Amino acid sequence: MVTAVSLGSLLSACSSVKPYQKSKLNDADMILSARKAQKFEQSFQLYREGASGANGGKSGGGCGCN
Amino acid sequence: MRKIYLHVLFMYFGILSTYAQTRPEPVKADSSKYQSRKLKVDEINLVSAYYHQNGNNSAVTGGIGTEKLSDFANTIDLQMSKFNKRGKKNTFLFELGVDHYTSASSDKIDPSTISSASSADTRIYPSLNWTHSNEETGNSFGFTGSYSTEFDYQSMGAAFNLTRLSKDKNTQFDFKLQAFLDQWTVILPIELRTANTGRGGEQYDTAPRNSFSASFSLSQVINKEFQASLILEPSYQKGLLATKYQRDYFTDGSMRAETLPDKRYKLPIGLRMNYFLDDRFVIRTFYRYYMDNWGIRAHTAELEIPVKINSFFSISPFYRYNNQVGTKYFAPYSQHSPSDQYFTSDYDLSTLTSDFYGAGIRFAPPKGVFGWQRLNMLELRYGHYSRSTSLVSNIVSLNLKFK
Repeated sequence: MVTAVSLGSLLSACSSVKPYQKSKLNDADMILSARKAQKFEQSFQLYREGASGANGGKSGGGCGCN
Repeated sequence: MRKIYLHVLFMYFGILSTYAQTRPEPVKADSSKYQSRKLKVDEINLVSAYYHQNGNNSAVTGGIGTEKLSDFANTIDLQMSKFNKRGKKNTFLFELGVDHYTSASSDKIDPSTISSASSADTRIYPSLNWTHSNEETGNSFGFTGSYSTEFDYQSMGAAFNLTRLSKDKNTQFDFKLQAFLDQWTVILPIELRTANTGRGGEQYDTAPRNSFSASFSLSQVINKEFQASLILEPSYQKGLLATKYQRDYFTDGSMRAETLPDKRYKLPIGLRMNYFLDDRFVIRTFYRYYMDNWGIRAHTAELEIPVKINSFFSISPFYRYNNQVGTKYFAPYSQHSPSDQYFTSDYDLSTLTSDFYGAGIRFAPPKGVFGWQRLNMLELRYGHYSRSTSLVSNIVSLNLKFK
């Protein structure tokens, strides 16, 4: 519910951004996914907690039994 | 263990040496639309991490006992691309991962041995992705095949990915279908083994565990400094979902191997929002709500604030909080009722909160890291994790990017 409301208000605030105006959006720290260096952090969190998925990390495969 | 470290070291030097005798050519300005049709290496990434944890709620011994574990994990990915005659791009991403772990609790599956087979193991997992894309529209689709093997577990995976971009390239839709077909060797605690399933006989049964997931992601540019994405990733697992060498103790003093339902439906929904505050600060946020049919509910929130010291060096402190309501099948040591149909004493599935904090540095100078043009980027991260169940861990990760 909170997510839907947040997204709705965000979408209503969208403005058209031209390619030449995207220098900040294209910055490496602005990437809309986890960093490659976070790969193994996400792996151990997947095993040490019950929740998984929707973060770009693994959501299946492998036992994770240790 | 030393062999593994040496192999990884040689693998690193092997890749580095392929660049050692070549001098990077200066980039020439090219205003034409000509695209080379030769297969070229776009980038190579090496990611390594060392993880160490300790705690006192091992599921192998029924929710008590050491959880000491170390894991040394490494992946190398090689991305290559080639344009076809019609100007469409084919990208190939090959990844190879090698993990080596030592686990004190796994050694308790059969405590009568000096060291059981599961006390240390190596997992090897290659994968290959092919993506076909139109550079003008940004639309693409692709397929992935993957494999993973370790002592008691084999996994085969396949995936399909699709990307659609709006005309102004401010809205992106990503769709991914994934399937993992796994085979798990059923290893029981030593007390529950029959004559032909002991270490002497090595007659272990195997059981399937299959996972299917679909991922829907919508990314949107909000303005020149702000972008967000919403991800929904329902998944379904079927087969042996319990870890059969984990013990459960009951109020009547009896002991059985962990038993859990053979189906699990998961529904996570995540929201990622990144904001470039000014020329120096970026605010990266992530929130996820998770629910499944075992009764687990979780809220996860992450905040990372990269601080740009200059144009090629940034420091990124981060904090992650997780709050989880555990599965209805969980009970601590000796507290399961003998009439329970499903039971686990795995604290990973219990009610808990966790904190994870640390910092990373990112170094990407225009002339290459340490003046080496090919080494495009170096990223180093350290994180400390503590869980309300008293488990603590530390992880150090390194990412080297070559171009």
